[in-house]
Amino acid sequence: MSPKTLYDKIWDAHVAHESEDGTCLLYIDRHLVHEVTSPQAFEGLRMAGRKVRAPEKTIAVPDHNVPTTLDRANPATMTEDSRIQVEALDKNAKEFGINYYPVSDVRQGIVHIVGPEQGWTLPGMTVVCGDSHTATHGAFGALAHGIGTSEVEHVLATQTLIQKKSKNMKVEITGKLRPGVTAKDITLAVIGETGTAGGTGYVIEYCGEAIRDLSMEGRMTVCNMAIEGGARAGLIAPDQTTFDYVRNRPHAPKGEDFDKAMDWWKTLFTDEGAHFDKVVTLKGEEIEPVVTWGTSPEDVLPISALVPNPEDFKGGKVDAARRSIEYMGLKSGQKLTDIEIDTVFIGSCTNGRIEDLRAAAEILKGKKIKEGMRAMVVPGSGLVRAQAEEEGIAQIFIDAGFEWRMAGCSMCLAMNPDQLAEGERCASTSNRNFEGRQGYKGRTHLVSPGMAAAAALTGKLTDVRELM
Amino acid sequence: MQKFETLTGIAAPMPLVNIDTDMIIPKIFLKTIKRSGLGVNLFDEMRYDRQGNEIPDFVLNKEQYRDAEILVAGDNFGCGSSREHAPWAIADFGIKAIVSTSFADIFYNNCFKNGILPIVMPEDVVDVLMKDAEKGSNARMTVDLENQTVTTSDGQSFPFEVDAFKKHCLINGLDDIGLTMENVDAIDAFEAKASEARPWV
Ligand code: SF4
Repeated sequence: MSPKTLYDKIWDAHVAHESEDGTCLLYIDRHLVHEVTSPQAFEGLRMAGRKVRAPEKTIAVPDHNVPTTLDRANPATMTEDSRIQVEALDKNAKEFGINYYPVSDVRQGIVHIVGPEQGWTLPGMTVVCGDSHTATHGAFGALAHGIGTSEVEHVLATQTLIQKKSKNMKVEITGKLRPGVTAKDITLAVIGETGTAGGTGYVIEYCGEAIRDLSMEGRMTVCNMAIEGGARAGLIAPDQTTFDYVRNRPHAPKGEDFDKAMDWWKTLFTDEGAHFDKVVTLKGEEIEPVVTWGTSPEDVLPISALVPNPEDFKGGKVDAARRSIEYMGLKSGQKLTDIEIDTVFIGSCTNGRIEDLRAAAEILKGKKIKEGMRAMVVPGSGLVRAQAEEEGIAQIFIDAGFEWRMAGCSMCLAMNPDQLAEGERCASTSNRNFEGRQGYKGRTHLVSPGMAAAAALTGKLTDVRELM
Repeated sequence: MQKFETLTGIAAPMPLVNIDTDMIIPKIFLKTIKRSGLGVNLFDEMRYDRQGNEIPDFVLNKEQYRDAEILVAGDNFGCGSSREHAPWAIADFGIKAIVSTSFADIFYNNCFKNGILPIVMPEDVVDVLMKDAEKGSNARMTVDLENQTVTTSDGQSFPFEVDAFKKHCLINGLDDIGLTMENVDAIDAFEAKASEARPWV
C-alpha cells in the first residue's frame, strides 16, 4: 500500500459514498452547534419535515451572544435579538433531542473548548461546526473544519457532508521554543510566513519537535488558527499527550472500548514517505514573541520590530497595508513597543484554556495593571473558570485589576456587550484583527496570553520576556 | 434554489485584497434567525457612516454600480468566518457572480449553496476584468456557466474552471440534501460498519 498522510487515513475511514467525479459523502462523527449559525438550519429541517439523523452525535452550546457578566442569568442582560437566538437554540435542542449545555450549566462555554473538555472530540474523528474555528479540534488528530449554515442543515439531516478531498500540506516546527515563546507565537508566525491564503485548498498537518513538545492546550491554539492561514483544517498526530488528555473525559470511551480505540488511534500518523503537496518549515528557536500590527492575521511581526512601510509590500497588499496602518492609527517606522494600549482581552477559543490563564497569571502575580487600563479575562468554559478559581489564578487576576468574567466568546467578536469603543486599542489573545472585529473602529493587536498580561501592566505592547 | 445559467450584468470593481466576512456583513447583523433581508447591510461599515448615511465613495453607492450583479474583487475574497450570512447578504443585494484570484474555502462553498458563482481567474485576467468593471454601467460583463467563460464588454472572452458537480447543482438549482438523500442506503451501510469498527464514536 502506498504511504498515507494522517489526513488521508482519517478521510479514507469516513467516506460513505464516492461518485465517479470524486465527490464524496464524508460521514461526520461529531457535529457541534451554536446559536448564531444554526437557527436557519433547524428552520430548514422543520420546513422540510426532516429530523436530526444522529442527535446523539450532535452537541449544542450557546456561546457567541451570551453576556459574560455575573448577573447574566437575568434575561435583561441580553439584547432582544441575542435573546431570541439563544432561546431558539434552547428550543431547537429540546425539540430535536440533541445534547445541550445551556447558559446555566457550569459546563457551558465556547463550543471549541467544551467539545474537547467533555471528551466529545477524539482522535480520528470527523468534527464539524458552523464556525470557522472548528479547526481547533484538529489538535487531537481529528479532521475538523468549519461549515456554513446550509451545510449545518445538511449534516443535521444526513450526518454527512458533500466534500472533495483537499491537498496535503506539512508545517514543520523544528527544535525547541525559547522561553516566553508560545503556541500562539508559532501559529501567528506560520501565518506571517504563508499569508492568509497560503493554506487555501489544503489540510495542514503540524509536526516537528516544537509541536510535539506542546500540551493539548497549546496544540489547540496552533490548530485553531489554521483557518486564518486559509487551510480547511489543521491536524496534529495523536500521541501519549493526546491519550492522557482524552482518558477519563465524560464522553471518552471507557474500559475495553478505550483499549480498542487506542489500537486505532495509535495508527493515526503520517507514514514514512507519504506525499505532501506543500511543505513549510520554521525553526522553533528563531520564533520570537510576535504581535499583529494591521487588520489581517498575516500582518505579523516580532515584538522587537517597527511598523512597516506600505511600499515594502507588493501588488494589492500595498493598498491594504496603507489602509491597515491608517485604520490602526499607526505610523510607519514606529516601534511596536511604543504602541499604547487601553484594553486587554484574555480569552477566546484560541487562548481561553487553563494553561493560557496560568501563563498570564504568572506575569501578573503580585502586580497591578496600569491605571486606567480596562482588562478582562473571559475563561473559555465554566469548568476552566472553576479550575482557575481553585488554583488561585482567579485571585491573581482580580488583585491585578482584571475583571473576572463568565464563559463565552465575548470580546473575541463582540456580539455581546463586551466591545471596544471607537478608536480603542486592545491587546487581545483572540484570533482575528479584522476591521471592526472587536467593536466599530476598534483596534486589535493579536498576542499570546503572556504578552497580553505584559501589555496590561505597562500600558504598551511589551516583550513579555522583559517581565519574566 | 435559483438556477444559474448565463448572466449579463454590471460588474463592480473592488480591488481591495483580503475582503473578509466581517467587512461583507458585520456581526451585528448575524443576530437574525432568517436568511433574507441582509442585502441592505452588505458591506455595511464600508457603505454607511455611523449615522446610517451612505458613504458616496463606496463603489456600490455610486450610481453606476447600484444594480451590479457581478463583483470583481482582490485576492482571498471572503476570508474569515464561516457565516453564511455573507453569501446571503450578497445574494440578497442581487450579486450573482464574483471574480477573484482566490477565495477563502468556506465562503467559496457557501456561495454555491446560495446560487452565487465564485469564479477563480489568474491575476492578469482579473486585472483585465477589473479595468472593464471600472468602465461603469455602460459596460456589461457576461458570465456563461455552461461554457465556463467570462466575456468583457468589448468581447474578450476568458475560460474558467469549476467543479463539475457544483456546476451541475448550480445550473439545475438542485438542493444538496435532496441529492444526498438519494444515497441514504450508502450512509446506512457506512454507519453500520463504522459502529462495529469504532463503537465508541
Ligand atoms: S471565541 Fe471567537 S473565534 Fe472562537 S468561536 Fe467564539 S467568536 Fe469564534
